[in-house]
Amino acid sequence: MSLSPDDIKRIARLARLEISEAEANASKTQLNAIFDLIATMQAVDTRNVNPMAHAQDVSQRLRDDVVTETDRHADFQKIAPAVEGDLYLVPKVID
Amino acid sequence: MIESSLKTLATMLAGKQISSTELCQTWLARIGSLNPALNAFITVDADKTLAEAARADQMRATGQAGPLTGVPIAHKDIFCTEGWLTSCGSKMLGNFIAPYDAHVIQRFKAAGMPSLGKTNMDEFAMGSSNETSFFGAVKNPWNPDYVPGGSSGGAAACVAARMAPAATGTDTGGSIRQPAALCGITGLKPTYGLVSRFGMIAFASSLDQAGPMAKSAEDCALLLSVMTGFDPNDSTSLEREKEDYSRDLERPLTGLRIGLPREFFADGLNSEVAAAVEAAVAELKALGATTIEVTLPNSQLAIPVYYVLAPAEASSNLSRFDGVRYGYRAPEYADLNDMYSKTRAQGFGDEVKRRILIGAYVLSHGYYDAYYLQAQKIRRLIANDFTEAFKTCDVIAGPTAPGTAFKLGEKSDDPVSMYLNDLYTIPANLAGLPGMSLPCGFDGKGLPIGLQLVGNYFSEAKMLNIAHQYQHATDWHRRAPEGL
Repeated sequence: MSLSPDDIKRIARLARLEISEAEANASKTQLNAIFDLIATMQAVDTRNVNPMAHAQDVSQRLRDDVVTETDRHADFQKIAPAVEGDLYLVPKVID
Repeated sequence: MIESSLKTLATMLAGKQISSTELCQTWLARIGSLNPALNAFITVDADKTLAEAARADQMRATGQAGPLTGVPIAHKDIFCTEGWLTSCGSKMLGNFIAPYDAHVIQRFKAAGMPSLGKTNMDEFAMGSSNETSFFGAVKNPWNPDYVPGGSSGGAAACVAARMAPAATGTDTGGSIRQPAALCGITGLKPTYGLVSRFGMIAFASSLDQAGPMAKSAEDCALLLSVMTGFDPNDSTSLEREKEDYSRDLERPLTGLRIGLPREFFADGLNSEVAAAVEAAVAELKALGATTIEVTLPNSQLAIPVYYVLAPAEASSNLSRFDGVRYGYRAPEYADLNDMYSKTRAQGFGDEVKRRILIGAYVLSHGYYDAYYLQAQKIRRLIANDFTEAFKTCDVIAGPTAPGTAFKLGEKSDDPVSMYLNDLYTIPANLAGLPGMSLPCGFDGKGLPIGLQLVGNYFSEAKMLNIAHQYQHATDWHRRAPEGL
């Protein structure tokens, strides 16, 4: 398997990473070397093997349905790039 | 004093021979003189440290002290620390003053241990040399032309250079153990789930685990007793009885069965490292242990599996950095998507972007089964190998890294050769097992070599016992770089 610069640009778009033609070309060799390394696992027979998502087989805990968070929106918004009137500002999405 | 164990420092504090304020002043002065050359700390704030020291002295004076109250510690810049810059080594969080404390920070604060500052690290913990940090590379205190390892490179370097008596680290694929080995200190990655990940900036959530880094196993045991414990804020935190990890330190090693995986002594291992590790195993045998060869046949697949799973989890975790709620935002953009893309392109460094791209690809439509699911299945096979091995041995021993520290810049353009540095550490993360590294010698260039121990689940006390007995018999862990 080999990624083309177009493949790399497509993934970058999925990941919301701006990438130039030159950067896509430049990263091609390194990414393909990594995918060559990854490809070595394709030959392994894993029929009847259960995938392992976590080291400990524990199930998700449930907690009581009570409010535990305190209102700290002022602290949290103090570190935001742009806020106005308690709202986070982003570029206009709908005209 | 800078060579003192945590136990000695605690005894001095309890005996009122010294105050926490004086201890912190001593170490802050060392940081002030050594950090410009080593770059082990991203943030030092003497006023905040001394305020925490004054509080610790108050706790001592009013009889509210715990065992380590007043002993200072340095924290990896991956732990959110209220009121402190918490950058995770990234431009993306280069302006992020955390509004809350990570669980680990809460525990050290409750124990009355002042923070000496935030240590440098590979960006978002992605790296094995500390060279991916936005704040510049850390230098190895044993030789400043060499890397300290990573990602907890600042933590390892600051302990090795005696700029802090101890430090916290995190380990996703070896990020505590490999820098501990390359800097000649002792570090432990606990069983997955023992230490809460709350407030620890996420890299690969199913692998990330925090642990102690210090001069000795005895120090690590004391720190681990502070760090561990159930936390409802981490959905993978384990509900277990609190343990005293120092309880077995003095047990003799008679009858201990050490497993030597033949795969960890195969091609690719530097001969000086092999010789030092074999000598360490011989020392453990002299202390009463026996050895048995074991096999971890799937461990060669650990790196490919890791470079599917960790980037996949990272690409998901790092999607939160969008320039909206906190952190960096690009100064100019056309619309919302352009703002996301430019913010992320400018805020992340090359290695982080590379891993996000790998992760996005292996999770994308049509590739999930071939990559992600296959990797999760082989992860199971790797874990099963350990289960088999632990039927015939109590602990596994081998090298921590295939070589000693490499030169700054030597591998930074070759990701694959950088990744191979974690060949022996990644399997324990995939299986969720505890692992540690302790100093066991030096190579011909005077660079430290690490012995790795991997234990069964929840066998931290036993591993610390083995390491402590080894450190009774040897003095590698007492060596410090000269001239600092």
